[in-house]
Amino acid sequence: MIKVNERIGVFICHCGLNIAGTVNVEKVAEEISKCKGVVHAEHYIFMCSDPGQEKVRQTIKEKKLDGVIVAACSPDLHEHTFRSAAASAGLNPYRVEIANIREWVAWPHEGKGEEATEKAIKIIDAAIEKLRDNMALLPVEVPVTKKVLVIGGGIAGIQAALDCADAGLDVYLVERGQSIGGKMAQLSETFPTLDCPQCIETPKMTAVAQHPKIHLYAYSEIEDVNGYVGNFKVKIKRKPTFVDWDKCTGCRECMKVCPVKVPSEYERGIADRKAIYISFPQAVPNKAVIDAENCIRMKYGKGCGLCAKNCPSKAITFEGNGSIEEVKVGAIIVATGFDVMGVNSFGEYGYGKYKDVLDALQFERLLAPAGPTSGKVLRPSDGREPKEVVFVQCVGSRDPDNWHPYCSKICCMYIAKQAMLYKHAVPDGQAYVFYIDIRADGKGYEEFVHRAMTEDGVIYLRGKVGKIVEEGDKLRVYGVDTLTGRNVVIDADLVVLATAVEPSKGIDDLARKLRIQLDQDGWLSEAHLKLRPLESLTSGIFIAGAAQYIKDITDTVSQASGAAAKAIALLSRDKLEKEPIVATVDEEVCVGCGNCVSICTYNAVELDPELKVARVNEGLCEGCGACAATCPSGAIQLINNTKKQIFEMITALTRRD
Amino acid sequence: MELLYFPGCTLKTSAKNFEDSALTVASKLGLELRELPRWNCCGTVYSLAADDLMHQLAPVRNLVRVQELNRDKLVTLCSMCYNTLKRASRLVRRNSEKLETINMFMDEEQSYEGRVEVFHFLQTLRDEVGFKKISEKVVKPLKDLKIFPYYGCLLVRPEEEAIDDPNDPTVMNDLLKSLGAEVIDNSFKTVCCGSYLTVDKKEVVAEMTYKILSAAVKDGAEAVTLSCPLCHFNLDFRQAEVAEKHPEFKRIPVFYFTQLMALAFGLNPEVCRFNLHFVDPKPLLRGKGFI
Amino acid sequence: MEIKVSLKKVKSPLVRKVTEISDEKIYSCYQCGKCSAGCPFADQMDLLPNQVIRFVQLGMEEVLDCKTIWVCSACFTCRVGCPKGIDIANLNEALRLLHLRRNQDHLKLGKLPREELLKLPQIALISSLRKYTA
Ligand SMILES: Cc1cc2nc3c(=O)[nH]c(=O)nc-3n(C[C@H](O)[C@H](O)[C@H](O)COP(=O)(O)OP(=O)(O)OC[C@H]3O[C@@H](n4cnc5c(N)ncnc54)[C@H](O)[C@@H]3O)c2cc1C
Ligand code: SF4
Ligand code: SF4
Ligand code: SF4
Ligand code: SF4
Ligand code: SF4
Ligand code: SF4
Repeated sequence: MIKVNERIGVFICHCGLNIAGTVNVEKVAEEISKCKGVVHAEHYIFMCSDPGQEKVRQTIKEKKLDGVIVAACSPDLHEHTFRSAAASAGLNPYRVEIANIREWVAWPHEGKGEEATEKAIKIIDAAIEKLRDNMALLPVEVPVTKKVLVIGGGIAGIQAALDCADAGLDVYLVERGQSIGGKMAQLSETFPTLDCPQCIETPKMTAVAQHPKIHLYAYSEIEDVNGYVGNFKVKIKRKPTFVDWDKCTGCRECMKVCPVKVPSEYERGIADRKAIYISFPQAVPNKAVIDAENCIRMKYGKGCGLCAKNCPSKAITFEGNGSIEEVKVGAIIVATGFDVMGVNSFGEYGYGKYKDVLDALQFERLLAPAGPTSGKVLRPSDGREPKEVVFVQCVGSRDPDNWHPYCSKICCMYIAKQAMLYKHAVPDGQAYVFYIDIRADGKGYEEFVHRAMTEDGVIYLRGKVGKIVEEGDKLRVYGVDTLTGRNVVIDADLVVLATAVEPSKGIDDLARKLRIQLDQDGWLSEAHLKLRPLESLTSGIFIAGAAQYIKDITDTVSQASGAAAKAIALLSRDKLEKEPIVATVDEEVCVGCGNCVSICTYNAVELDPELKVARVNEGLCEGCGACAATCPSGAIQLINNTKKQIFEMITALTRRD
Repeated sequence: MELLYFPGCTLKTSAKNFEDSALTVASKLGLELRELPRWNCCGTVYSLAADDLMHQLAPVRNLVRVQELNRDKLVTLCSMCYNTLKRASRLVRRNSEKLETINMFMDEEQSYEGRVEVFHFLQTLRDEVGFKKISEKVVKPLKDLKIFPYYGCLLVRPEEEAIDDPNDPTVMNDLLKSLGAEVIDNSFKTVCCGSYLTVDKKEVVAEMTYKILSAAVKDGAEAVTLSCPLCHFNLDFRQAEVAEKHPEFKRIPVFYFTQLMALAFGLNPEVCRFNLHFVDPKPLLRGKGFI
Repeated sequence: MEIKVSLKKVKSPLVRKVTEISDEKIYSCYQCGKCSAGCPFADQMDLLPNQVIRFVQLGMEEVLDCKTIWVCSACFTCRVGCPKGIDIANLNEALRLLHLRRNQDHLKLGKLPREELLKLPQIALISSLRKYTA
């Protein structure tokens, strides 16, 4: 790291009219050229364009610049561009600073040219002050573990795991339920092709089970995550199953004799399972677990034991066989999916109160050929075939005042599907759909809805439902059709609510362990919604499927393969380069108070047990600066963001007033 | 325990039956409802215009009366008074600028400071007395009496002012159960009776009354209970118009919840002043042996 | 019947006045109709509650002549259900006030029969006066 003489070049970007429309770039260049050490100042229409970058390269060479300022947009967008350009002209990339005069100046101060110009000058001036003390740095190199952790075994996790494993990487797939498959395994048929999910998902589930590179951890959860990109250490908790899976053959003899019935999660409560269970016939792994909360033997410590007596393989131990295993991986893919809003909401619709008011996932189970009614549509209350079914869209979605502001995206389509499948099951029945807008924006989707309307005679009513009231053995639905401008009353036999989707339960806890962010609604935050939708802000952690935001199967699978490709690309290298902007400790000054150790969320600082001074692990440090802010003696500082630099910047920002 | 209580105009005139029965059952429960000194009109309906502070003076002035006594709680019986006072109290609590203007307009000795909480008596019964204690006072359980509790609008809407779940309130259901009555519940319990439309659109109100009452009767109700003198007028007196239009309609008595409490507590039925009703409840009560 | 929508109408005094008096965000309504679907008096109205707000959104002065605003009982059912937190009762009050503030009373108590007046409780008389007269 060399301290350099000062030959600074400043390049001011117009960004078309984005900046130049407000900021007087000429005046800025003129003022800045007077600053100490500045040997070159110019402005240009698009600095990020090829000719713009070429100007930087040329000037570095011609004027022997040892520092460059580009006054342009946010460093998020083009810091990398200009640093690379400088590097190719032989200047250390960390001798390049960006002064953000678009998001910080031109945009917020539109129409106030004079003040904006002054502010731009100050910001560039401050950047120059910082640059003076910027060291030339080399990236930190870290080794790579060529293994991947996939969290969540829905179709997203399954696809990502298979893609990574096919690329030769070892994969740990962690699913908290008894089986992988996710929501897709609960569906009847899938829009827009009406494929049966069993036919298209089960082969993938089996492939997971048989793939030599995939290590499946079903009925397991993430306990703890440590480390950093290329070098994560993950503790996986296998929850106790009370069944020895090495012995269990999946014969299901146990389930026949167990006397305890519990509403089945897989059947979404419209049918029961036993206290010992395998979620569904095609489950992977095909191994039984005991639900200790409901098992008689587990609750009282004695009695029952019927399952064990009936088990031909003597697999049932009633012993808490959970364990915690630690694995090392280089990349993580989070694919934890979503939940569907449940009972205790929507009192005006009698959801949870009237038996024949179902949510859409329950109705999927009624339609499913292998569901509790073998695909016959029958009312839960009396087992009658419903002749008039009302579907209500946007329940809890697009409702910022009571529930969720967002559109749940999949419901317009699955309601069209369900109405259609209902008509196939009950040809003389009638389906009505209350909708606000129909969102059918995928390949073949609009055509699919059109088919529901024309071929299956589904009647679409444009408006919401106000309330639903039980009237004898009917459900009286009070709605509106805003197109005729009339209120509508329908006496229905069954009502299906397209309740909103939500991020899967426990995602906040998992996100904390992974140190990744959630957005305001609880979905996983991507690094950039448009340009980096598969990455979290923490390097090495990728996101896939409905966990990022609800999507249908097509989009889920595409994104899962995309996230897998990202992970594969990352792990194709033998060493990773990491930003060298890390904390350093001046051991002479450090008093060993340990404040930095406790504040660092990345566990990057340790106290040397003998010398009692702080030590930073450069591999772990993310350069957040929290330690520097908390250190009472100023011993720990962030490279190229030292206290001195910050004070100089503040001085620069204030001295022109 | 002494509680400051706001009667409002109608409880002093045509709804004397509500006030008298309430005061008597309260004292039976060890509560003294002390009438707010120098109270004035509550404002009747809460003004819904954001730029209209004039009509907030009346309710806020009542809150000043409470503050003058160094008290911070006011209990009402009438649902409409409850709603108007409650909303006004929240408005000025949230909006200090408006409060300042109102204080200036009011020109009271004390400026209102925004601390008074407004309650409905049903809340007091549920949250402070408790239904268990109420059931202990019951000497004549209202056995076999099938009652439809009607909440109307202003106890449960808007949701910020609701004393219970706006879609499915149960406070009166629970009270009725503690009196030993049988509860007839249906979703008409929170459907508007037509309120002030009764003055110039009485046919609209009569039709609503018909809908509400016939649903209750169909579900087996023999009587209705409620907590608002305007609802009472609409559901009780407007049965005259209902009967004219729907000859098959059978009249059904409408009680204030406090009257039913008085009966169950075995208090002198005089306090119920059944002469103030349009549909005479006495035949039903006599038939069941409650009087 | 065609309606002419224009910049002038959308920025009309009607929209501004109604917004000022009601303090409701008129344009956040996306016409889902839940207010109408739940309104107990919809069958007495010439415009459904969602149409009232639609007329205001488009600056259509005709809305002032509708029956709906005088039928609304301020029961707040619409407000509790509205996904966008809009209170149609406030909106209807604003539209009523645009008449009443010009001293155009909607109710003349004197026209009611005497026995009816004697029968009506104060609470009914005062609240209807508050809603229907200046
Ligand atoms: C009623 C309904 C009908 C639908 N119909 C269709 C259709 O016809 N066509 C279509 O394309 N799409 C349809 N969809 C959408 C489809 O279900 C989703 O696109 C798909 O399930 C998304 O897959 P996923 O893997 O991202 O999430 P999920 O299916 O939710 O899978 C997530 C998995 O992660 C697990 N998990 C969650 N948290 C953790 C954790 N902390 N640790 C470990 N594991 C965890 C869960 O147990 C689950 O197995 C429908 C959805 C619904 C609700
Ligand atoms: S009976 Fe035994 S082997 Fe068969 S599924 Fe049950 S636990 Fe497994
Ligand atoms: S021991 Fe538990 S799981 Fe086994 S049969 Fe009995 S209740 Fe069912
Ligand atoms: S997808 Fe359709 S039904 Fe679902 S929230 Fe969006 S608009 Fe409503
Ligand atoms: S800058 Fe400090 S607090 Fe932040 S990650 Fe690095 S060592 Fe930890
Ligand atoms: S409920 Fe709300 S958003 Fe829907 S139409 Fe009525 S006012 Fe508009
Ligand atoms: S407040 Fe008015 S518009 Fe709203 S539901 Fe009640 S009567 Fe209808």
